[in-house]
This record gives sequence, C-alpha cells and structure tokens, in this order.
Amino acid sequence: MAAVYQTRFGSLKNFEKGHVEPISDDVRHYAFSNCFEIASKSKPYEKVVFGQNQIYVLETLRAEGTSPWYTCAHDEFALVMDGEVEVHLVKLDAAQAVADVEKNGAVRVEGEPRGQKMGWMKLSRGHQALLPKSTAYQFRTPGEPGVIVLQTCKGDLSIEKWADICQTH
Amino acid sequence: MNAPAELAKVIASQPDASLGYKNFSLGSFGFRRDEYFVHINWKTRDGRPMSHTMDAGNYLRALMRDVAWGFFYGWVNFDNVFGTVNHYQSVDMYAGSFNGTMKDAGIDMLENFPTAQIRATFEAMLDDWTNESFDPFSAPQETGSAYGRKNGSNTAKITRARELATRCVGLKGDLNLRSDESGAPINRAFADVSQSQPELHPEPGFENEVHAFSLFGFLSRSQVTWNPSFTSVVKHSFMCPTTEEHMLPIIHGNDRVEWFFQMTDEIHWDCADKNTGKPMARVIMKAGDMSAMPAYCRHQGYSPKRSMLLVWENGSPTLVHEIQKGESPEIPVQF
Repeated sequence: MAAVYQTRFGSLKNFEKGHVEPISDDVRHYAFSNCFEIASKSKPYEKVVFGQNQIYVLETLRAEGTSPWYTCAHDEFALVMDGEVEVHLVKLDAAQAVADVEKNGAVRVEGEPRGQKMGWMKLSRGHQALLPKSTAYQFRTPGEPGVIVLQTCKGDLSIEKWADICQTH
Repeated sequence: MNAPAELAKVIASQPDASLGYKNFSLGSFGFRRDEYFVHINWKTRDGRPMSHTMDAGNYLRALMRDVAWGFFYGWVNFDNVFGTVNHYQSVDMYAGSFNGTMKDAGIDMLENFPTAQIRATFEAMLDDWTNESFDPFSAPQETGSAYGRKNGSNTAKITRARELATRCVGLKGDLNLRSDESGAPINRAFADVSQSQPELHPEPGFENEVHAFSLFGFLSRSQVTWNPSFTSVVKHSFMCPTTEEHMLPIIHGNDRVEWFFQMTDEIHWDCADKNTGKPMARVIMKAGDMSAMPAYCRHQGYSPKRSMLLVWENGSPTLVHEIQKGESPEIPVQF
C-alpha cells in the first residue's frame, strides 16, 4: 500500500518557525525570518523587505482589506502564501505611469487610476500573478487576512526592519 | 585546441571486460567506476599518486546536477574533496583544493578546462555509468539501484531539458504549465496539494497580461529533485523553485549571496566555510521561513519529505567580480 503524505503549509494562524543553530558564525548573517510572523505584526499592505540581493528584494505583505493602487516601471510578481486575494489591473494612461523607465520598485498611483480596465484575478494559496510593468494594480482581500510575497526591486515604499524580523542570537 | 570539436574530445577507454564500464581521463585526473564506487586519481604537484573514492550513487547524483545546471553558480562540491568551480566560460576541476587539511598538506590538484571540454567528458561519463535501473535526478525511494555491473542505460532521464521561463511560466510563448498530458503527473508526496488554478477575468485584448498560475500545483508535478528552475523573472532576479527530497547531492558554495524561502514542509541545512569545509551553522527551515546563504559559506540540505523550496538568485553576470573586488558584500544585509 502506498504511503500517504501530508504536505505542511504555513498560515497566519498556524505556522512554526525554524531557526539557525550557530556553530562558528553570527546568526545575523543568515537574516533568518518567517513571512507569516512578519505579516502577523504588519499593517495592511506594508511592504516589508525580508530578502535583499543588491537592487532586488522579496517583500512580505499582509493582505487585509483593499490596498492602494500601485504601479511600477518593471514587472513584479505576487505569490499568495495564505488567504484569498483579488488583483485588479488597469492599463495606466501615460500621464500616471512612472516617468523614469529605469526606476526600481513600486510607487503609489496619485488619485484614482485612469486608463482601460484590463481585468482581475482571484488567487489563493500557492498562486502567483504577474503584475505587468506600467499597469496599475490593487489588491483586494474581502475575507480573512492573507499573506503575499512580492518579487520586485527595492523602491520608495520598501520598508526595512531587519532587527525586528530576524533572529539575532 | 582551437576547434570546438577538438575541445569537446572525450578521452575514454574501451569498456572493462568484466564490469562493462569505460574509464575516463581529463587533464591530470583519472576516473573509473566499479560495482559500488567511483575512483578518482591524480598526481600531486611533486608527483605523488593520490586517490579518492565516492559511492557510485552519490557520485552520479552529483554529476547529474553539475551537468544539468551547466556547472551552476560558483562551487559544486561533489563531497569534501572533489568538485568544480564555474567561471562561466571555463571550469576548474579540483581534488582537495577546498579541503583545509588536504590543502595544508599540499596534495590538492586544481586544473582549468574550457567549458565545452569538461561538459563533454562529464556527459559521456554520466551516460556510460548510469544503468537502466537508475535515475540520478530522483530521490532514492523513487528509483532503482545505481550499483552493479553495466546494465543498459537511461539516456532519456539524464538528458532532460532545463526548464527556464523567460518572463513567467504559463504565458503565451513562455515555459508551459505541467500536466498529466505533458508527462508530468503529481508526485506521490504532493498528492494532497490543490490543483486548482487562479480565476482569471481578463478584458478582451488583455488575455496574455492578466496572468497567474498555480505555482504549488506546478511544483507538485516536478519530475526531479534538487533542480532550481526559473518560474518568474524581474530583470536579473530569478525565482528558481524546486522540489527537494533526501539530500542535496552536492555541497553548493555560491560566488554570490543567495536566498532560500521554504514554501512547504522542512529542510535542514549544513553550512560550512567555503574554502576549508569547517562547520559554521545549521539552518532549520520550516514553511514560511526565509534565510540567506552568505557568499562565504557552502551548504547542503536535507529534506525528510519532498518539500517546496524557492531558491532566489541574483543572476547578474557582474556580481561575482563585484564580490571579488569587495564591491558587493558577502553578507546580504547589515543590521
């Protein structure tokens, strides 16, 4: 008879954090954190950097209620780790798009986004969405709070608080 | 030594009369396998003969990754003695050069080869030494034995194409989703992973931009273990998720910082000094955990159940030189 396996996922309500066991190193060099723990202490849609490699970041967002409208000069990707999240997209008029095509990271759209509605998506755990460059996007989480991991570049809205989120000893 | 055909020439013996395997040589190194082991020999710089023995299954699993990844980023240690360093047009092959004791004793050997030459030798060795019963890309419970005398081959399983999305999996013209029909059934250890896809409601004309897919469903259908594959790309930021079971068959020393995001289950990592192998830390990662691997360490993971790991890489081609010049820190963040 085939063995039965249970895949263990984490969630805001139920996660177990691992740890670094140092032997001859400083644990802070591993910048060890947990996205569910971060999101459990964050404000809605606060973009907390929990991975950084030069200009690139991974951010943890607490998905709760409706987010501001964002836009970005490059593609971004949103991976839902918990909850159900809608993503609404608008093809932004040039006047509201990021003027500098080299600019890194997301910015807030000033006022309501103007442009053609592109459509929307409904994501649940393990689903990953493209946030195409030069579009406006908004997250809507009608139900229980969830968790989003965002693949992007470090920008004006990125929040770094490593000492608060990482194992320090 | 100029023509590509000459560079890619493989030096192999006739098959051994009783075991059936070929011997190979590359530069100063000799390679042979028997029923249980792979034997590597070289000479020290002052001419003394040296040898090293690895379990044949472990050796082939390591060789499989090095071949499939095109020598990957930085150091691919097969174990604490033997391995390769990628310089992206050439490759170092070494024995003992990153083992503190052997290096101090002066018995180590490191030689540089054009990538085409070492690739051709490694591919031929992998093909000759992998029997019909053995898939070196699988976890031990999923495949047969690597041991015994030569018995057929498994060329299809050792020549799988690397799966690399250019923007995002599932977009038109990009890497396809996996399905039963594409030869990618759900792995037994992920039978409980939801296969539902996101709801997409594109307006007419935006079908290829209103795009999402089930990453967990995609990974539940991975046919291989420990094989980072690109699923989404932002400039040089590459999401390289993979499914892990048993041990990472190599000890990876990167030439840049990389990050691990554990998406399900758990993995335990051994981290050691990249140059000497001295133990530095153990990193115990569970679902939702994020950890950097500093550029000064080498690491090897242990995954008791098949698990989903996001390997996050910065593929900038200038990064290794920035690290060497001290312009890019080996530690990801200071706080």
